[in-house]
Amino acid sequence: MDTGLILYTAAFGLILIGSAGIVLSGHLVRTIFGIALLEAGANLLLLLATYRAGSTAPIIVEGRIPAVMADPVPQALVLTAIVIGVGILALALSLALRVQRAYGTLDLREVRQRLEQDIAGEAGIDLPSSSDAPQAVMSRQEGQA
Amino acid sequence: MELLVLFIVVVMLCSAVAVLLLKDFLAALAAFSVVSLGLSVLFVILRAPDVAMTEAAIGAGLSSLLFALALRRLGLWRIKGQT
Amino acid sequence: MRRLSSALFLLGLGLLVAAIFQTMEFGNVAPIAGQAINAVAAQQVGAANFVTAVVLGYRGFDTLLELTILFTAATAGGLVLGKPRAGASHDPDSGFILRAGADLFFPLLLVVGLYIILHGHLTPGGGFQGGVILASAFFIPILARPGTTMDHRLVSIIEGLAGASFILIGLLAMLDGKEFLTPLLDKGELGALLSAGSLPLLYIAVGLKVGSELAGLLARLSETEAID
Repeated sequence: MDTGLILYTAAFGLILIGSAGIVLSGHLVRTIFGIALLEAGANLLLLLATYRAGSTAPIIVEGRIPAVMADPVPQALVLTAIVIGVGILALALSLALRVQRAYGTLDLREVRQRLEQDIAGEAGIDLPSSSDAPQAVMSRQEGQA
Repeated sequence: MELLVLFIVVVMLCSAVAVLLLKDFLAALAAFSVVSLGLSVLFVILRAPDVAMTEAAIGAGLSSLLFALALRRLGLWRIKGQT
Repeated sequence: MRRLSSALFLLGLGLLVAAIFQTMEFGNVAPIAGQAINAVAAQQVGAANFVTAVVLGYRGFDTLLELTILFTAATAGGLVLGKPRAGASHDPDSGFILRAGADLFFPLLLVVGLYIILHGHLTPGGGFQGGVILASAFFIPILARPGTTMDHRLVSIIEGLAGASFILIGLLAMLDGKEFLTPLLDKGELGALLSAGSLPLLYIAVGLKVGSELAGLLARLSETEAID
């Protein structure tokens, strides 16, 4: 098992777990955790793709210039990406607070349903409903209309 | 070196899975900090000290603080003895 | 149904990413742009830390845009949270250990943060890392005594001035007829504190901006009332 395979598995695993968290979760805060994990995996991948074996950090210490230095351009890009990631996280958490204040719950199914109903109510259109919808949903829709 | 990388990667991936599966949100936050810390060590091994310092300061520090504050305000984390 | 389609999506994503990984090698990639930069950065920019030379020198404009993104995110977050209601309830003061520790930590964090900012072109570090440490230095007293409010106007003034000074340093070079963000000061000798053109000045501006922004955002988040 060489180091390259292990590290690529790590990046791959983080990206997949982050995407699973975003897509398969039922709670808004877990979605935000998934976004953060996905960003971490993507940053690791970016740095892995340009790693050069046997290189040293791109810094001159005490005037000695090392022979093979790592590439500084992807490191600068990942630095920027990490800082932007925390900005996005702050905005996402503020929005989650606002959703909780408006709807009282963070359960994603309920939030989606009430969001659709609110939008349909504002626009004045009817929600599409199928004949297979369970009775509770149908009666709730008829009660709202 | 290989064993160290293997150990860090295994701990990181298990913590990442734990972030999504733990019921208690505070524990999920702690697991997320572990992922950030493991990532920071990996960045040092990949010869990027600047990126490692940024990830340690922001991922394990500021990100976790943001999450903890938000969890407290959302009511998903209560201190015992307070209503 | 939603779960099934999500699982299928994840399967497809996994196969796609695995297929991409099969073609990537590990460890012997030829750095195209990096090699040229590594060869000339010491003479051209005069900074010992090449990542700083790239972030503020060769890609300085990208850093300016990144500051804009961070400013937008923090401002939008503050806007979404809204003004705290006057007289809102807050957590009680923390215990003695936390209060005493916070009073001890504040000057330490301030010194460490300023050190990392000022030596950004010599050692690993710089404006972003030091700015985050400064933000936590200014937020820890609020964490220890949740009743105290942060002066949001002062924080916004510092943030605005720091951001404007970054642009001003870049514009000052244009007065001489050179391009935006050409170094103002001398290159100096490699490894000295006052070297590498205007890189220390730019990093001070970046550090103050990031620090005040994040501190203001954390304070705003801490002031919103808990939802019951």
